[in-house]
Amino acid sequence: MREVSIIGIGQTAVAEHWDRSIRDLAVEAVGEARRDAGVERVDALYAGNMLSGELAGQENLATLIADAAGLLPVEAMKIEAACASGGAALRAAYLAVASGAHDYVLAVGVEKMTDLLTDGVTAALATAADADYEAGHGIPFVALNALLMRRYMHEHKVRHEEFAPFSINSHRNAAQNPRAMYRQEISAEDFARSPLVSDPINILDSAGICDGAAALLLAPSSEARRARRPPVRLAASACTTDTVGLAERRDPLVWQAVADSARLAYAQAKIGPKDIDLFEVHDAFSIVSVLSLEACGFADRGSALKLAAEGRIAREGDIPICTLGGLKGRGHPVGASGAYQAVEVVLQLRGEAGGLQIKGARTGMAQSVGGSGSVAITHILQV
Amino acid sequence: MKTTHEVGIVGYGAYVPRPRIGARVIAAAWGKDEAGRLPVREKSVPSLDEDTITMAIEAARGAVARAGVDPGRIRAVWVGTESKPYAVKPSSTVVAEALGATPWVSAADLEFACKAGSEAMQVACAFVGSGMAEYAMGIGMDAAQSKPGDHLEFTAAAGGAAFLFGPATEALARVEASQSYVTDTPDFFRRQHLHYPEHGNRFTGEPAYFLHSRAATGGLLQALGRKASDYRWAVFHQPNPKFVRKIAAEFGFSEEQIAPGAVVDRIGNTYSGASLLGLAAILDVARAGERIFFCSYGSGAGSDSFSFVATPRLEEVREAAASVDDYLTRRHEIGDYGRYLRMSGKIRLL
Repeated sequence: MREVSIIGIGQTAVAEHWDRSIRDLAVEAVGEARRDAGVERVDALYAGNMLSGELAGQENLATLIADAAGLLPVEAMKIEAACASGGAALRAAYLAVASGAHDYVLAVGVEKMTDLLTDGVTAALATAADADYEAGHGIPFVALNALLMRRYMHEHKVRHEEFAPFSINSHRNAAQNPRAMYRQEISAEDFARSPLVSDPINILDSAGICDGAAALLLAPSSEARRARRPPVRLAASACTTDTVGLAERRDPLVWQAVADSARLAYAQAKIGPKDIDLFEVHDAFSIVSVLSLEACGFADRGSALKLAAEGRIAREGDIPICTLGGLKGRGHPVGASGAYQAVEVVLQLRGEAGGLQIKGARTGMAQSVGGSGSVAITHILQV
Repeated sequence: MKTTHEVGIVGYGAYVPRPRIGARVIAAAWGKDEAGRLPVREKSVPSLDEDTITMAIEAARGAVARAGVDPGRIRAVWVGTESKPYAVKPSSTVVAEALGATPWVSAADLEFACKAGSEAMQVACAFVGSGMAEYAMGIGMDAAQSKPGDHLEFTAAAGGAAFLFGPATEALARVEASQSYVTDTPDFFRRQHLHYPEHGNRFTGEPAYFLHSRAATGGLLQALGRKASDYRWAVFHQPNPKFVRKIAAEFGFSEEQIAPGAVVDRIGNTYSGASLLGLAAILDVARAGERIFFCSYGSGAGSDSFSFVATPRLEEVREAAASVDDYLTRRHEIGDYGRYLRMSGKIRLL
């Protein structure tokens, strides 16, 4: 396997892009990534997307994007792994370059959610759960996470307000990210007053419905010096799975797929959690951040809330997470989020994160999680 | 847009039904834990024997009373509403008949979501301004529709106002100019055979309400070479207290300039009636020579803006009909959601 680097990145602002199509968003991100790299050649394009068929009435998405971006006749495919689709596209691009099948490969994550009203989007998102045993019984995706959060609160005897620091941290960082959707800071009081969505999850526990696209251009590290920008090495890429249905897990508070993919990634990069300078965690709900931090070895079981309470997840802390706002603050265009995470780690490692820069960052981790912890894709990036 | 003959409002009248339901009562019925986040404190609800037609007649009678005009000289009556009692059959004929304006009269109901009332004003203004009519009535009135349990249920209210347009020489407020700005923007609609409208959540904000209100306001101010400080008062469409403040602030209108016309704070959003009721409330306090800026908004979507100047006649005829504040002050609370459902016709027996 060849060593692979990210040589170009691009992203649209995350927003409710009512006047733009899924094609339009993807083309903007792809164009920006190609200009950023200053490299013309593209051999393949992998589009990470979860819901283009359901929400935009469009499948055959990657070919559509390749055509609109003027890339025909390159290889193009849509990669779907529920909410982890963006991470999955990056992994597909990584595998293509690492294997030697292609040299210059684009991974673009894109989602266009705001053409439907909330009910339609909620129904579409529920397709990430087990249709026969979960969604088919009328339980939406947020309710599955609510069950996890309630169980966590019960088992570890913690109160809901103890989750507030995660949302506060994401909003605090998003406030300084010009591409973020929610650019306002929130307080513990705002969190406490936030309306319930699915008990105990409130609005401020949850990442919002939005649109966006992010793209990365990958190349063999040996070719990376052709690019305009300093390359960022993909030191690890790992994808593992667990049962789709929560009921089939021995212990739903142990996110085994997340733990496994992190473990594989650490082994590939020959590092441990202590070596990670920043972690773009999949904070679709605050409970997901908690379970992910514990599964990835940053906190013992039942102690991730303490990590947050002590400010260690802040950008000044020893394990900064969601450094450009995360899914909560930047926004969670579902199938694009994994690509945004990787783009943001690249910004940090290039030292281009502005006021959000993690000083001296050399190693960053991005983790994209699909379903209720059923598929986890972890990437470790290094300079 | 300017008329060839000078036109003005010669009479105006408002109407708001007496019953009120508290937003907390609605929130409690739906188990919504939104204390402190409810958009308004309470909203107006029509009584059992009231609908858009009866309320339009009340308001129109106030307008005729202030104008002191023989109703037989009114050449047109237009009712702008999105809550017609009949799907097919005009409301305006009933209103015209009740006023005594029939039979030599033009009449029709206009529909443009919340802009229907100001569209009726534009048409009335044009009829008089072109010389086709001596007097023409434009009414905006609604018993606003909202799906039970929807967020709009907190604000969808009942009421509106009527404006009789006539020669500027008889005006209590002269029309300086007006503008209309319309695009096809489906932010809120009700399909045939459905009982309640649908709305596009936040889509109803920036690309809908704000874009159109901004264009019609900015367009008219620019055409007249004016700014907010050239006006004493301003009224905007008011779906909730927040939107009206935001658009007013964008153009530099102060809270003091908009406060008397922001009736949404006290009774909610009367849809086609909302901006017209606000204008009536401002005419209740304006003094001779003061300029009034007006801008409506209707989903679908569009805005009408008007620039008015109050004349000395305004203060002479003001007391000839009840003020908006009289209607806002007389109120009784329904107090329970079941009665509210019955009164607003939301209980349907199959």
